[in-house]
Amino acid sequence: MSTEAHGHSHAKHYVKIWAILLVLFLISITGPMIGIRVITLITAFGIAVVKALMVASEFMHLKFEKKFVTYMLLTMLFLMFLFFFAVAPDVMKTSGQNWVKIPMQEQPAATKGH
Amino acid sequence: MSTAQPVATRRSVTGMSTGKLAVMWVIGSEIVIFGGILASYIMFRLQHDSWSHEAAHTNTVAGAVNTFVLLTSSLFIVLGHNAAENKDTKKAFKYIWLTILGALTFLVIKAFEWSGEISHGFTIKKSLFWSFYYTAAGVHAAHVIVGAIIMGIISLDVRKNKNLHRVELIGLYWHFVDIVWIFLFPLLYIAK
Repeated sequence: MSTEAHGHSHAKHYVKIWAILLVLFLISITGPMIGIRVITLITAFGIAVVKALMVASEFMHLKFEKKFVTYMLLTMLFLMFLFFFAVAPDVMKTSGQNWVKIPMQEQPAATKGH
Repeated sequence: MSTAQPVATRRSVTGMSTGKLAVMWVIGSEIVIFGGILASYIMFRLQHDSWSHEAAHTNTVAGAVNTFVLLTSSLFIVLGHNAAENKDTKKAFKYIWLTILGALTFLVIKAFEWSGEISHGFTIKKSLFWSFYYTAAGVHAAHVIVGAIIMGIISLDVRKNKNLHRVELIGLYWHFVDIVWIFLFPLLYIAK
């Protein structure tokens, strides 16, 4: 296959991936219109994950890159999840074992500034 | 010792060019930056159901059009990379500028969208939701601006048939900017 023909077949593949991404995008818009929470989560966020993976593997060529690149990027994602799960209890819970979250305005004046 | 290129571009211990490795590290650090913003947003969003009333005021049509624009610009830059690989500088130059056009379209839509929201009183100070909204979308838009500027600079070299490998490098960055928007769109515009 000549270089030009080879390049043309690649271009066709990219256009095909783009078309699939657009179909997924349309589903991610129409899905939440139904108004059922589970369907919203799957169509909006589940499809976002699929679209991101497609862009990363097909457009960024991560599937052809050295494995250490993928591991490096996954490590960064892991750090993001670590941050989330380490901080989320403090933000999302109002009480726990031996602790209660006191709203800022209800704190006694003596404890302010510490 | 005389070399045609700096030593850093010829290092091969990782099995990939240093330029690409550097961009991958940039993307890695960007994951933590955007990841931190998005993770914080999700924490507060799950905690406060009332945010859905605030999110109801975001412009879904503008967000959807921008998603289409960014997905299409991602296609353009990967086609530009493909053309650069085949030494077709004219085509590569054309696709880079189509991508820049996508970036400008994105920014113009965002400008109209934000003007409308600000004129209706939804400013960054209105509530925590709007603080997150403007911060996340603003940091992303800053990346769009930087990407467009870098593409413009690279296109000048491409026209002279120089540094064609840089089309792939800016492409990697651009696809990442697209991926960030893929997550921002449902979080800020769809989950109402």
